[in-house]
Amino acid sequence: MTNPLTMKSWSAWIVGIGIGVLSWFAVATADKPLGISTAFEHTAALGLKAVIPATEQTNEYYAEMSQAGTSPKIGWGWTLVLGVFVGALLSSRLSGDRNTEAVPALWRERFGGSIPFRLTAAFLAGALMMFGARLASGCTSGHGISGNLQLAVSSLVFTAVFFAAAIITSLTLYGRKGSSHV
Amino acid sequence: MFDSPERLLLGLFTGILFGILLQKGRVAKFSVIVGQFILRDWTVAKVMGTAIAVGSVGVYALVTSGHATLHIKPFLLGGVLLGGVCFGIGMAVYGYCPGTGVAACGEGKPDAMVGVLGMLTGALIFVATYPLLQPIISGLGNMGKMTLPEMTGTSPWLWIAGILGGGITLTALMCCRGTSASTDDPVIKDDIHTRSSV
Repeated sequence: MTNPLTMKSWSAWIVGIGIGVLSWFAVATADKPLGISTAFEHTAALGLKAVIPATEQTNEYYAEMSQAGTSPKIGWGWTLVLGVFVGALLSSRLSGDRNTEAVPALWRERFGGSIPFRLTAAFLAGALMMFGARLASGCTSGHGISGNLQLAVSSLVFTAVFFAAAIITSLTLYGRKGSSHV
Repeated sequence: MFDSPERLLLGLFTGILFGILLQKGRVAKFSVIVGQFILRDWTVAKVMGTAIAVGSVGVYALVTSGHATLHIKPFLLGGVLLGGVCFGIGMAVYGYCPGTGVAACGEGKPDAMVGVLGMLTGALIFVATYPLLQPIISGLGNMGKMTLPEMTGTSPWLWIAGILGGGITLTALMCCRGTSASTDDPVIKDDIHTRSSV
């Protein structure tokens, strides 16, 4: 039998079941739902405080988080994000599914092969996406998977809104058929 | 400032499993994420739907038996609606979500790496402007930490049974119809070839 880790991909159903079971594990062992974007907020908040110490007094963010018992820290959620990087690195190395092109094929079809343009767009879009995630207190993991599996109303609404916005943006940018329409 | 070393290791271990699953699920790829949003590749919906269905059974079982608690995010109308719009537009252009963007860095994607720096910048802008954002986030109303069963006065198991039933029906229908991705798109066809080697 081949080692499943050397396979390039697993069925979407298997992966979905795996993430579902992993969410049981996270709740049972750490009493935490799987989530990614909080760690980015905490990293930014700790960084800002380190560079401008006065901000801890002037920005009510720090007092409010402290009061709620959710002060920024390097915790379970932070090493979780680090682990996602390590896990994907291991998985892609073991299967040889490395992907080092700066410009994805579908992007190149639509916007050309300019690397600076793609990297600028990725930077700005990453910033907008994370800003949105923190406005809503969650991302695809925290709201989309963890929140929905707990049947949270906020997560259902967030997922519906972000999917709708992403579909409209993608159909406008890339077209219904991707490459064949441009 | 730091969790205990045990908790840090536990997070790392959980994250490694999460990263392997995202990478093997092919959702750390621009073509798969954008493919979902142009309604050509249903991998993202399959992964998320299955994870929600399977996850809900175990998590509610743990909560009902007193082994865990729910962690519901408050429904702050302005934050969730405006956040959802920003998130959706950003994700469509970036081609990854926060978790899959980090996983794509593990695959070696330079645009994903620059996007992670963008994400840190976005988080920094959020923290720095936090006081100014409060009227927008909670101004339209706060409906609290509400779940669908609480809102409707029904049992969570009714909802979970519905999700499982719906999921199994959809899966059966898709399996009967064969694979969903069509092959007249060169970009997506290319992906199917890579996948068929497994």
